[in-house]
Amino acid sequence: MRIEKDLVAAAATPLVLGILMDGDLYGYAILKRVGELSGGSMQWTDGMLYPLLHRLERLGYVTSLWGTSDAGRRRKHYAITDLGREQLAERQEQWTVVADALRQVWQAAPRPSTVTEGWA
Amino acid sequence: MDLDADLEAQIDNWRGYVQRRQAIATADIEELEDHLREQIEELLTTGLDHDEAFLVAIKRLGNLDAVSREFAREHSDRLWKQLVLVPDDADENRARAWRELSVVIGFALGAGLAVKAGLTWSDGDTGLVRNIGLLVFPFLAAYFGWKRRLTLPVPATLIVSFAALAVLLNAYPFATGGSTEMLAALHAPVLLWVLVGIAYVGGRWRSDARRMDFVRFTGELAIYYTLLALGGGVLIGLTVAVLSAVGIDPGPVLADWVLPFTVPGALVVAAWLVEAKQNVVENIAPVLTRVFTPLTIIMLLAVLAVLATAGGLGVVDRDLLILMDAILVLVLSLLLYSISARDSLARPGLADALQLVLVVVALAVDAVMLTAMLARITEFGFSPNKIAALGLNLLLLVHLARAAWLTIGFLRGRRQFVSLERWQTRYLPIYAVWALIVVAVFPLAFGFA
Repeated sequence: MRIEKDLVAAAATPLVLGILMDGDLYGYAILKRVGELSGGSMQWTDGMLYPLLHRLERLGYVTSLWGTSDAGRRRKHYAITDLGREQLAERQEQWTVVADALRQVWQAAPRPSTVTEGWA
Repeated sequence: MDLDADLEAQIDNWRGYVQRRQAIATADIEELEDHLREQIEELLTTGLDHDEAFLVAIKRLGNLDAVSREFAREHSDRLWKQLVLVPDDADENRARAWRELSVVIGFALGAGLAVKAGLTWSDGDTGLVRNIGLLVFPFLAAYFGWKRRLTLPVPATLIVSFAALAVLLNAYPFATGGSTEMLAALHAPVLLWVLVGIAYVGGRWRSDARRMDFVRFTGELAIYYTLLALGGGVLIGLTVAVLSAVGIDPGPVLADWVLPFTVPGALVVAAWLVEAKQNVVENIAPVLTRVFTPLTIIMLLAVLAVLATAGGLGVVDRDLLILMDAILVLVLSLLLYSISARDSLARPGLADALQLVLVVVALAVDAVMLTAMLARITEFGFSPNKIAALGLNLLLLVHLARAAWLTIGFLRGRRQFVSLERWQTRYLPIYAVWALIVVAVFPLAFGFA
């Protein structure tokens, strides 16, 4: 199953911030982690990750540092900041509210037959 | 893991392609390339061959237009080209930029000190007017000599030329306030500018392309110098206002110290700015010529109409001839800068036709003035001023007439644009020869009057 584009875009910021909570990562590793977490169903255009990371950096949610890869290439690593952690906590609350509301709606109404699993 | 040469070439191509996107900065490309390589390496381990891995990785990276748009949304400032005077990336570049900046400041200070010394020694004498260019332009030439790493014969020639001009301007026994002295003072900067030009082109003064570069440089320098002067004027004006408000008269300090250093120093700084901005920011002079060509045509037509209806050509005098020279110089600069910026392979267009109209109208105005002037000269005889103005007028006339002729040929598809370009660059040295005649021969011919 592929997740709709708008939903991926909405989830992108909390997802990236959440992944960075586990430690500093570079772009490619972040995307790999997204793939693992969603079982490959959350695909987004690889190139789009970088403008997003730059936006998060400008907003002060992450910081970046140039390091070196094993192969000796220059590589940019991203780390979450305190402001980013606050932001993540806020987003988590928002998503919990949304998820709760959706769950209640779906429990009350009968499931459409085409849907075989929950969205989470 | 090292990728094979074929793949490296493909990545190189890709990088070149991405580099053309203004919104994606060099560091971003590096980041994207790291991503691409990592992706390719992983795909290779799954058994894809090089081409397949490259294609899949590129595909995953996404449509470049969309990605670039996303970068532009995040970094809209990048669509405005930024002039980086001192880069903050590699140490080597940085060190070089700082070294250049200190050299520039050194030469700017040198020019300021020379002018200050000249002001102190001359004590308001007219000798300073003759020598002012000599006090400033050698520093500009020295900057280019340093920048271009000139080898011995060129700097030696330049030094000898500057010295010869200095001797010429100061050994002649000019009559005080005489017109030959004034003419020499007016024409010496042309010769000095030629010497700066030789330093600018790194001694390759025979090359048409280099000469055109120097023409471009001159236009940009004039604009940057004007901008610096405007900014400096605002700054000085505000300072003077504040100081006057608290009862301090800044006049003496301003006249004795601030202006003697800033006015010549700004010239060296402007030259450095023009050098630094090359390739980064589009030239502004040609854009301005596009705006001013139609406006100048209207102005010249108005002048022509007034001259034709007023009928008072009897009142024309030397001042009017000098004014005509100024108008022709203006038309010539408009012509030169449009030519310097034009793609020589482009087909003739409206702009070329407008240029032709401009030149023809200017020639018509000049023809009217020149007949009146010649009538007056035959009546009242020659003077050094009249001959100098008339000589320059004739030089400009020949320059513009031939340019008009070549433009007609180009518009009719009989000539290449290059012939028009060549005419400009080959004709320019004649002005230097004329200036040399006015500086060196006129005083002798007219007894230093």
